[in-house]
Amino acid sequence: MLDHPSPPRPALSTASLVARLAAIGVVVAGLAAAFAYVNGTLDPQRLRPKTLVNALETNNGVHPGYRRNHAKGVCVAGYFQSSAEARAYSSAEVFSEAKTPLIGRFALPSGNPYAPDSSVPIRSFAVQFSQANGQQWRTGMNSMPVFPVGTPEAFYQLLKAGAPDPATGKPNPANMPAFFAAHPEAAPFLAWVKTAKPSASYATETYNGINAFYLVNAEGKRQAVRWAVVPQSQDAVGETTVDGADFLEKDLVQRLAAGPLRWQLNMTLANPGDVLDDASKPWSGPHTVLNAGTLVVQSSQPQADGDCRDINFDPLILPSGIQASNDPLLAARSAAYASSYLRRAGEVSPLHHAPQESKP
Amino acid sequence: MKASPQFFAPLARLLHWLMALMVIAMLFIGAGLAASVSERHAWLIQLHKPLGIAILALVIVRLVVRFSTQQPPLPQDLPQWQVLAAKASHLMLYGLMLALPLLGWAMISAAGDPVMLSSSVRLPALVEANAPLFALLRKAHGYLAYLLFLTVLVHLAAALFHGLIRRDGVLQSMTGTKD
Repeated sequence: MLDHPSPPRPALSTASLVARLAAIGVVVAGLAAAFAYVNGTLDPQRLRPKTLVNALETNNGVHPGYRRNHAKGVCVAGYFQSSAEARAYSSAEVFSEAKTPLIGRFALPSGNPYAPDSSVPIRSFAVQFSQANGQQWRTGMNSMPVFPVGTPEAFYQLLKAGAPDPATGKPNPANMPAFFAAHPEAAPFLAWVKTAKPSASYATETYNGINAFYLVNAEGKRQAVRWAVVPQSQDAVGETTVDGADFLEKDLVQRLAAGPLRWQLNMTLANPGDVLDDASKPWSGPHTVLNAGTLVVQSSQPQADGDCRDINFDPLILPSGIQASNDPLLAARSAAYASSYLRRAGEVSPLHHAPQESKP
Repeated sequence: MKASPQFFAPLARLLHWLMALMVIAMLFIGAGLAASVSERHAWLIQLHKPLGIAILALVIVRLVVRFSTQQPPLPQDLPQWQVLAAKASHLMLYGLMLALPLLGWAMISAAGDPVMLSSSVRLPALVEANAPLFALLRKAHGYLAYLLFLTVLVHLAAALFHGLIRRDGVLQSMTGTKD
């Protein structure tokens, strides 16, 4: 039986054969080149997730198992108790259910897990709300009200300004002033830094979502917001004194032993004209602020094997009823966190062999 | 004895070309989102997940179609090594089209992230949250996607070789054209 469906073809001339082989080569090489462009190989200038994470590792050293930024922290658990105020603005279950369990993490904004607590005036609070319908809301909040810069490119330049000089092992002291001179958008952040002091407690801080988001209600109506959690009736002065390098976690454990800690979740509604795509710009003037409910933190765990350890607090993990704004930092945070998470997810065991900063 | 068909079944051809477009788009979307911190990263990932699940569903339909229809035979004068290469590359293409969406689904599950196909459609977790497993699955997803891209390139080159050099009807069996 002959399977060949058509009669034999006349042989190709050498020129035709070469031309046809070349055409095949061009098609295949063209597709491969397009792919190499898209994946960044042929576009080395592009800012990639790994570029940002590499810069963090350059500045802070590589600490296996730890987050590449906000490396020093502590896990907490509790729940969110919703109020009725946000329900007209968002269909998210977190606002309609009375209680939603949460896992959180307080941390310092540096990639060095052994940084003394007094080394930076900023503290951060990341939260994962787990809705009964399986959707989640994750947010990473910081004690500063605005971000120093508005774009991932500027953030990368900021990291580079803080990079150690290979000759001295320390950042060039001229770099940071030069960076801020070239980035006037950092003025609101710098004004805040001037007044900020490293707090003695995670419990007394306000934590700001910084980036803008949209609340979306059941009718599909969108309201731009920035959110923050504000401490409720927590003394500014804790029992613990600010000594040693690791007072924050001790203070937190001590306070939680005495009872839960509470923060009110405030949703600041954007006024017309408020900038939604630049986290370096404050929203000034009077604003409507909703009290969306209360975060109740009941317990803490060391991060080495706490429940927050394996959570990537990606700010784009949002439930139906909350949407991202077009702030470019949100996509950049999501992309860079994913890259950091992949690196550390494969390094869980070193955490247990590392010196524990919270032990006396 | 029933004569061997000259062409793949019309449904098989439709699935082949539809999935060719989807898989190539998917490979570029995946490579692009992994290499971007811009807004592209966010909207490409929203495209990547539902498209991946669509490919998973279609590859299952396609396997059923493949085993329930008759395939046109390869030319008898095709060298044995090329017959083997054709069989192996097809096996590889099917295997990777099936494995990559499953790996993607499993790795999101292993990260403990909700598997969201849209702002409200959520798939159940395929595996329990497990960070080291996530790292393994995520790396496999990336490396195997590159392997799929290479296999697609070889497949494309071989198809053009049949169509332009050998002119043996193999390319036509999938395009459905009669020269």
